[in-house]
Amino acid sequence: MTSKKVKVATVSLAGCFGCHMSFLDLDERLVDLVEHVQFDRSPLTDIEHCSDDCDIGLIEGGVCNSENVHVLREFRKNCKILVAVGACAINGGLPAMRNHISLEDCLNEAYMDGIGIENPQIPNDIELPLLLDKVYPLHEVVKIDYFLPGCPPSADVFWAFLTDLLAGREPELPYELIHFD
Amino acid sequence: MHNYILQIAQENDFQSTRLLKILHAIQKRYFYIPDNAIEVLAEQLQLPRTHIQNVVAFYSFFHTQSSGKYTILISDSITDLMLGKSDLMSYFEQKLKVDIGSVRADGLVSLNNTSCTGMCDQGPAGLVNGYALTHLTKPRIDQIVNYVNRETPLAQWDSDLFRVDDNIVKPDLLLNEKPLHGHAITSTLTRGLSETLAEIELSGLRGRGGAGYTTAWKWKFCREENATQRYIICNADEGEPGTFKDRVLLNSYADSVFEGMTVAAAIVGATQGFLYLRGEYVHLLDKLEAVLEARRVSNLLGSNILQNGFDFDIEICLGAGAYICGEESALIESLEGKAGIPRNRPPYPVTQGYLGKPTVVNNVETYVAAANIAVHGGAWFADKGTSKSKGTKILSISGDCKARGIYEYAFGTTVKTILADCGAIDVLGVQVGGPSGVFISNDEFERKIAFEDLATGGSFIIFNHTRSILDVVHNFSHFFAHESCGFCTPCRVGTSLLKKQVDKIVEGHGSAGDIVALEELCQVIKNYSHCGLGQTAANPVLSSLERYPEIYQAMLKKISYEPGFDLDKSLETARRMANRDDAAAHLAQVEN
Ligand SMILES: Cc1cc2nc3c(=O)[nH]c(=O)nc-3n(C[C@H](O)[C@H](O)[C@H](O)COP(=O)(O)O)c2cc1C
Ligand code: SF4
Ligand code: SF4
Repeated sequence: MTSKKVKVATVSLAGCFGCHMSFLDLDERLVDLVEHVQFDRSPLTDIEHCSDDCDIGLIEGGVCNSENVHVLREFRKNCKILVAVGACAINGGLPAMRNHISLEDCLNEAYMDGIGIENPQIPNDIELPLLLDKVYPLHEVVKIDYFLPGCPPSADVFWAFLTDLLAGREPELPYELIHFD
Repeated sequence: MHNYILQIAQENDFQSTRLLKILHAIQKRYFYIPDNAIEVLAEQLQLPRTHIQNVVAFYSFFHTQSSGKYTILISDSITDLMLGKSDLMSYFEQKLKVDIGSVRADGLVSLNNTSCTGMCDQGPAGLVNGYALTHLTKPRIDQIVNYVNRETPLAQWDSDLFRVDDNIVKPDLLLNEKPLHGHAITSTLTRGLSETLAEIELSGLRGRGGAGYTTAWKWKFCREENATQRYIICNADEGEPGTFKDRVLLNSYADSVFEGMTVAAAIVGATQGFLYLRGEYVHLLDKLEAVLEARRVSNLLGSNILQNGFDFDIEICLGAGAYICGEESALIESLEGKAGIPRNRPPYPVTQGYLGKPTVVNNVETYVAAANIAVHGGAWFADKGTSKSKGTKILSISGDCKARGIYEYAFGTTVKTILADCGAIDVLGVQVGGPSGVFISNDEFERKIAFEDLATGGSFIIFNHTRSILDVVHNFSHFFAHESCGFCTPCRVGTSLLKKQVDKIVEGHGSAGDIVALEELCQVIKNYSHCGLGQTAANPVLSSLERYPEIYQAMLKKISYEPGFDLDKSLETARRMANRDDAAAHLAQVEN
């Protein structure tokens, strides 16, 4: 391993932060990890934008709105290796359950006709990102290099994947880590 | 309604195996399968309600909501598209005033697409309430629209709309024989059962449905199973786009088909047979029932056939629009009144088939060949063909040629000869064996129709240079995604992803990585699918990628990646509802 630390950026798009929590389950192994890794843009650091020489981007959650698209593109542009982390990033996951309902119906139910709504109106502040018609998996919006399955992937999955990458090996997840029944 | 359902259930002896037949009857009367009909039926047939719901949902010809008094389906076969289907479909939509895939506001009529209806030589084709419509043109559509709007009963429609021709262009060994009325049965009984089986083995006859298993062995294994009951099934599901020869055999050689089944029954010791007829061929049903009845009257079916002490009868079962039911174990499931989901094999049907009993499943053409071999002997048949593929093969020829129709050739005939015979010029390539077969380019026309070279169930679709390979691949990928039975993930999810990936490239959103992803996906589907459908679903992509990589390359953008859908358009609903059109309310397709 080189002395220069590997830069890792992480973000949660349309996800629940469960994947990040699972990452934190690395517990004391995190101490080993930061020997070799420096966190760039991430909820763990509060750095707002990726520096342009990130090595690995870990992305949780799918793409549900225009802001997600911009963030995802920022990661793609600045990270050498982009990783879809968890079911939501890979398939759209739970948020994609709305894909069976038209966006129009979703918005009407949430902001116009739902039970107990006062002052019904569709939010239209230009600060707010607009919703896409569907929730898309990451690889349908940008090129993704690796996929870590699981909801969330276990800490062992993160560990196996990152230690492989750090050691310059092609990452491989043993069967025990990716079978769920 | 309650009484009607009761009556139908009773007519079918409350047999759950007759579920499809019962559902067809209910739908014929109510134009859909009402919820309370399912309720009553569940009680009468002693089946869980969910079982019946599952069956109704599985078959594309059954609906749980009214699809109108007139349900019009237009064939989406590539051959129909080549004959101008798309234009006609828009015309239909406009004239009927109904959107594709929906029911008109007055509830009278619905319009939709359906997989190949087996009329590739006389398309564009379709179905109205299941009955085949052929040679569709704008004037004929006007005629149909008039009938619909006036609510004219189908029986009073111009019969020419339903005209189905045989179009036998080149008969040979089998098609030159007259339909058999007992001759094969008497020959079999006179010669002896084992001796006749030996003749069939000598003939080298292999199954004509695609897989090409030696027929005599199948019969022998079934015969040798220790069982009290055995069954004979004729596979007339003919769903492979581009095939229609079984339709012609059933129309004009039905006696030979039934005779072949009867010979098989005598040899293996079966007393009950089934003809599984695809739903699209319901127009043949009455005629086939009449043939069966005439054979019963002549004592060629029934008990003590030709006073020789053996009993055998045949029942016709109608499918309901599921290509997968051509796969023999799915077909058996369907015959048992279930969704057509392929079984694990082994055990093969010869050991555990219909109701778990030894069962012979053969293609229509296989029975016709077997019956004639029983009459003329094995050498008569084995004389033709190649050393590994004996006899002749009946081809259904469609696409770009002068004379579409039925051609019978000795195995070993080259593609070149066939193309010359049917008047095909300026040929780009031929799809041999339907979407699950292979696309051969014009460098390969010396290749032969034979199990050892181009194996085929009979579909032979010709494309000239005005056609685009990618259109063909696009159509076939959609076909498989639609017909996947959904049982196993590699095929259910895989064929949908494949369709999406092909669409992405065809629509011009692809870049280099997408071809790699496409190939990987093909390998997963091919290698991990449960049955033949999934295992062959990637063939159109694989065989075209191998032959025409440059056509794919030409579609690719010289960027590293682009989404396969229109990003900005996907914001449209939100933009409209939020009443916004500022810069932040838009997305560029590719990042600058
Ligand atoms: C997806 C699929 C569809 C099939 N469709 C048909 C069909 O329509 N007709 C047919 O005879 N065989 C079809 N087959 C082949 C049958 O499973 C079976 O091999 C055949 O009916 C055996 O008869 P044979 O030995 O006379 O060919 C199909 C197979 C698969 C996997
Ligand atoms: S994959 Fe599971 S844990 Fe991760 S963001 Fe989605 S729902 Fe949360
Ligand atoms: S391969 Fe396709 S058609 Fe065959 S069992 Fe699996 S899902 Fe069904």
